[in-house]
Amino acid sequence: MSTTRVEVAKTLKLYVNGAFPRSESGRTIAVKDARGNIVAHASHASRKDLRDAVDVANAAQVKWAAATAYNRGQVIYRIAEMLEARRAEFVSLITAIEGRTKSAAAKEVDHAIDRTVCFAGWSDKIAAVLGGKQPVAGPYFVFTMPEATGTVAVVVPDATPMLSVMTLMLPVICAGNAAIVIAPLSNAPLAAALGETFATSDVPAGIINILTGLRAELCPWIASHRDIQAVSGAFLPAADAKALELGCAENLKRVCMYRDAPAFTDDGFWHSPFAIAPFVELKTVWHPSAL
Amino acid sequence: MHESFAYAPAPESVRPALKPVYGLFIGGKFVEPKSGKYFTTINPATEQGIAQVADANAADVARAVAAARKAFPLWAKTKPAERAKILFRVARRVQERSRELAVLETMNCGKPIRESRDEDLPLVAQHFFHHAGWCDKLSYAFAGATARPIGVCGQIIPWNFPLLMAAWKLAPALACGNTCVLKPAETTPMTALMLGEILQECGVPDGVVNIVSGGPEAGRAIVALAGKGVDKIAFTGSTEVGKLIAKSCAGSGTKLTLELGGKSPNIVFADAALDQAVEGIVSGIWFNQGEVCCAGSRLFVEESIHDDFIARLKARMAQLRVGDPLDKNTDVGAINSRAQLDTIERYITMGSSEGANCFTAPCDLPAKGFWCRPTLFTGVQPSHTIAREEIFGPVLSVMTFRTPEEAVQRANNTTYGLSAGVWTEKGARALEMANRLSAGVVWLNTFNRFDATAPFGGYRESGFGREGGRQGLLAYVKLGSDAARSLKSGATR
Repeated sequence: MSTTRVEVAKTLKLYVNGAFPRSESGRTIAVKDARGNIVAHASHASRKDLRDAVDVANAAQVKWAAATAYNRGQVIYRIAEMLEARRAEFVSLITAIEGRTKSAAAKEVDHAIDRTVCFAGWSDKIAAVLGGKQPVAGPYFVFTMPEATGTVAVVVPDATPMLSVMTLMLPVICAGNAAIVIAPLSNAPLAAALGETFATSDVPAGIINILTGLRAELCPWIASHRDIQAVSGAFLPAADAKALELGCAENLKRVCMYRDAPAFTDDGFWHSPFAIAPFVELKTVWHPSAL
Repeated sequence: MHESFAYAPAPESVRPALKPVYGLFIGGKFVEPKSGKYFTTINPATEQGIAQVADANAADVARAVAAARKAFPLWAKTKPAERAKILFRVARRVQERSRELAVLETMNCGKPIRESRDEDLPLVAQHFFHHAGWCDKLSYAFAGATARPIGVCGQIIPWNFPLLMAAWKLAPALACGNTCVLKPAETTPMTALMLGEILQECGVPDGVVNIVSGGPEAGRAIVALAGKGVDKIAFTGSTEVGKLIAKSCAGSGTKLTLELGGKSPNIVFADAALDQAVEGIVSGIWFNQGEVCCAGSRLFVEESIHDDFIARLKARMAQLRVGDPLDKNTDVGAINSRAQLDTIERYITMGSSEGANCFTAPCDLPAKGFWCRPTLFTGVQPSHTIAREEIFGPVLSVMTFRTPEEAVQRANNTTYGLSAGVWTEKGARALEMANRLSAGVVWLNTFNRFDATAPFGGYRESGFGREGGRQGLLAYVKLGSDAARSLKSGATR
């Protein structure tokens, strides 16, 4: 009689509307570790999963944008707290699946957590830095304020998925947008762990959604979807970037496509308020000023 | 004693000094177009020719882009304070020649001289003055980031505010150290060409600004060079063309800003100062014959005051003086072109045939030229074409609402999002309306106000990017890392 305990394997699912559905398509793809062993089966998101995520994101975004910036900051800070608590899990997922050293993995996880803290502090400062009172040449009181753009598709490159997801997603939600993250299937266990972290971080359901899927398959649908208002992407293959930009032209979605940018480890670049600027609309309000 | 208080004619007497033929402004001088083609630009109020203007083709555009490329390194390296002095000089010279420019604008464009004199030209000068001051302050403009020029900017502008749009495009681009290829609209090249002379006079180095007059071929040629000599495209015009440009630029890595169409709501609550609101509605839709991207073309009136308000509006419409744009008393001038007049008339016919009630201001129209009476449709349904599509003419569609929530919902029910107007004496309501309306500019108890310090631009299909103020500079710089906290300098966003 064997005394070896059988490990309970996790079923990898999508993260949509605060819940963990399987892909409606029923499709899965094997996830291998660095040694080539199959460690899990990732839920392979479809076009319909994307559309479902857009619906819930749009519904949730209105309330999230209307929440106080202080509140949004605290929720993002809570994400950092939860990430820190699961630090060891993230390190081991990166080590096992991507075959990187423990210290390299730890560095990435720490960077992602620290970046989260940075953006927790941005939410109530964006207006001060990007907006302002305008000294117009006339008797008017005029101010410019940033507002959330809406639902943003965040298309993540394959490398360093944890730092990639956090770097591209944080500026989006920090300004009051909802994010639909398209995460690589290659490290779906990490994407699942991130989803579980967000689900326990006071992030309202629907504000962060994670679809593990094939970028090339989903990009054209993201680009042509009328209820996605913006797309964020970095270091993507040229074909994916072009497919996104072409489709986005149909309804003039905002596209923030980083091609030649510093690596995600560069705080000087990625902690800037101008990482947030592409996902806000500036509204200028005029009123006559008189006694 | 006095049969009437009709206004005596008061025509503007200044006549701008014009050459009979204008070439393309490339590399600091007017040159013959390689296309060999010229066209006559006309006065839409008289249908008479003003001058012969070059019609640029792709080869001409390539030449202009090459000139801008050549000029870029030196202009980008010019000491910012020196760049500033040149642009300040431009602002002063525009002020000095503003009367002449205003008359020329009115002649070529059809807008009333009162508007080109009192709105367009002061804003043009202010735009250069404001941006001149930014040249040596860019390092203070972007929190913790370094700003560098982008390179060659291809700028395509419309015919409704020809010189003002040229200023909106050129002033920030030049202040940030870029060089430009500007294409004025086919029907309104004159003031841009005169601006070329002024820039030269003020010491803007050869090739820093190149002006190519022409039609769609020239515009397409500029966009075709995106990523191949042109580093940034800025376009103001229709949403339809904006989308084509966005598609052409896809995958090229070219920075793009678009200022496009609108179907902007103007919302009047029962508690508004009604006479003031009437003036605002009038300026909102009949300013510049309604040929304004942010025109308040959908009027939402609270149901309880609808009849009273429309009666006041009709009475005011009857007082609008339509006619000779060069007459200082004219309120509504000529439509810019035959083609645009045809479009407007098609929409007016459609408005009636779809079941809305048409009212036009009772006035005589001149025999020659392109004219359209101020037009008002009541009984409009949100599904009507005239409630959904941008007309770009003096046509107002009136609808009603009962609650503020309904007003917000109906106002936002459009693919556009350029501007919105709200008329109410309740402060809290005005501010909450401003919060909820999806528009880049919200005018509370005023309308159609512009300023070089105030960012302008749209939400959704009205485009992206802002023009004016510190926020507008973002369209013309590449931002790099905060050097102090950066691992690698050099890359930019």
